Amino acid sequence: MLNTKTIDKYSPLADKLYQLIDDSGHPLNKNWKPELSPEAIQQAYKDLLFARTADLMAVSYQRQGRMYTYPPNLGQEAIHIAAGLQIKEQDWLVPAFRELGTWLAKGVSLKEVFLYFKGHEDGSRFENAPRVLPVSVPISSQLLHASGLGYSIKYQNEKDTAVFAFVGDGGTSEGDFHEALNFAAVWEAPVIFVIQNNQFAISVPIEMQTKSLNLAVKGIAYGIPSLKVDGNDFFAIYDALRYAREQAVSGKGAFLIEALTFRAGAHTTSDDPSKYRSAELEEAWALKDPLKRLKGYMEYAGFPLPAPEDELIASFKKLIDKEFEAAENYPQYRLDDVFDYMYAELPDELKRQKQNLINAIGGVK
Amino acid sequence: MKVMNLVQAINDAMDIKLKDDKNVVVYGEDLGVEGGVFRVTEGLQVAHGANRVFDSPLAESGIAGTALGMAISGLKPVIEMQFDGFVYPAMNQILSHVSRFRNRTRGKYSVPMVIRIPYGGGINALEHHSESPEAYFGHTPGLKVVIPSTPYDAKGMLIAAIEDPDPVIYLEPKRIYRAIKQEVPTEKYLIPLDKAKVLQSGEQLTLIAYGAMIREAQRAIAIAKQQGYSIELIDLRSIWSIDRETIRNSVMKTGRALIVTEAPQSYGPAAELISIINEEAFLSLEAPPTRLTGLDTVIPLPLGEKYYMISPERIAAEIERLIKY
Repeated sequence: MLNTKTIDKYSPLADKLYQLIDDSGHPLNKNWKPELSPEAIQQAYKDLLFARTADLMAVSYQRQGRMYTYPPNLGQEAIHIAAGLQIKEQDWLVPAFRELGTWLAKGVSLKEVFLYFKGHEDGSRFENAPRVLPVSVPISSQLLHASGLGYSIKYQNEKDTAVFAFVGDGGTSEGDFHEALNFAAVWEAPVIFVIQNNQFAISVPIEMQTKSLNLAVKGIAYGIPSLKVDGNDFFAIYDALRYAREQAVSGKGAFLIEALTFRAGAHTTSDDPSKYRSAELEEAWALKDPLKRLKGYMEYAGFPLPAPEDELIASFKKLIDKEFEAAENYPQYRLDDVFDYMYAELPDELKRQKQNLINAIGGVK
Repeated sequence: MKVMNLVQAINDAMDIKLKDDKNVVVYGEDLGVEGGVFRVTEGLQVAHGANRVFDSPLAESGIAGTALGMAISGLKPVIEMQFDGFVYPAMNQILSHVSRFRNRTRGKYSVPMVIRIPYGGGINALEHHSESPEAYFGHTPGLKVVIPSTPYDAKGMLIAAIEDPDPVIYLEPKRIYRAIKQEVPTEKYLIPLDKAKVLQSGEQLTLIAYGAMIREAQRAIAIAKQQGYSIELIDLRSIWSIDRETIRNSVMKTGRALIVTEAPQSYGPAAELISIINEEAFLSLEAPPTRLTGLDTVIPLPLGEKYYMISPERIAAEIERLIKY
């Protein structure tokens, strides 16, 4: 378990990686025991399998022409499930766009996720998920919102409250990444920045993104404690996030985690990874698949799977299909939906433009 | 009542709101200890504390982006861009998020924040200190964009902006920061953010301006008066949304319209106003609605600025041409 003493062993300046289990799921240190109970680990496995099944189905709905562009999560789910377990109800989640498992843990419904990627803003309302921001498309821009939320938490003296903010490896090249880290550091804001380093920013490999030793060192320059973690090792990322949150809410300010992972799928359903990466690379990372490693640990530790995997997947698929049907049967997009959320009160100019549109299309609403 | 210039009136508005609402915070570059490069926030940090009025790191995107985070979580940030030409690094945050967060989240999150920007030329400044960027904001759905031209309006409009549930770009005509003094009520009052104001009634031509151009327009009207012309002057005050009714009523009465802006010509507020006049008052027109604007050039450094800035004489000449049209 990470603590204020052991953390120094994993200095990003020495390019150390925090890892607890190997590729087969066996502990690196034979004396290591997870802090989670067997039941909690079984539940994490189920959550991960559920998120993966939903994600694969989302890709297939897209392929069937029932949904527009979608960014797959395959291969990165351990980070999302671990963050989902560490994030509290009072915490803010500031997503980029590839954190499905964490959104679900925060109370976002699959129906909403599907609705959003089918092309309806109502999918970003997150009815039952307080303190979750919508998908942020302009890369890294969301991190500044996280730093501002962190200021707000301190200003309003909210106890035991943190912000979890996500970005990708490419996002670390954006100016807003650096401004956000700097503001959070200066303000000692309780923000946990998580870089999902999945090796490629669409097609551009990490080597073309930075000359830094790793991405975690970027936090050091801002005076932010930082850690490079095996993001496909559920136990390591879970523990790193636990430690980061403890630090943040105890008044020590921001924390940066680089979670090393691999996007096994495409950037979005519009892209073809075979153009920019080799089959060998994909195969090498497949050995580090987070679900496989979690199951490997369960087998090693002698925990049974909660149910045969194919049975679980079959039951999940039914639930997921129901959510998708709910998104498909969602009420039609109304003309009002275009106008009515632009301002608290519709300004006269927009009332006029709305009426003109109604007149032009024959009063259809 | 107290005699105030624009700087004092703006300061007074922030002071009142800081007293009035503990969720108001004011931050930007050099505005805490120093009180701002124009001293607009002078004394506010001492009066309200360094967690409410403070200097942030020097990064405009950072200022705007963090303010969004504050605004969606219960605070009401009033942020300052030190100069017009320094707002550009913040444009991504303003255009991509500040203006859109309410719509994107279907009203779950609103962004009650004010972005104050001293703007405009004529102050013998360095490059990037004399720009008129209002068209960028007026072209951005989801913002309200206002420009006061008097201390009285400056105070009432800033209080209204801070109380508004949506983001407001509040442009301050820095050229006249200390040029106009006026009796201003010491208590709180609000001025609507979407209403133009008829400053002077007249019969033959409607002159529309805002910000520092109001003073030039008034000087031009004095010249025109000597020539026997009766001019109506409208202070637009709101760049978005534009008060169609006030403009329509005036142009239907006068039949002529001249728009004066310091901003570059193309795709600017004057073009928008002429379109509105054509839509609203075409059959009343006795001359083509006309614009007198800044140039589609970079605003020159001080020694060349005289070619860019619009003088009262040029406005007066254009008034005469249109009346004789």
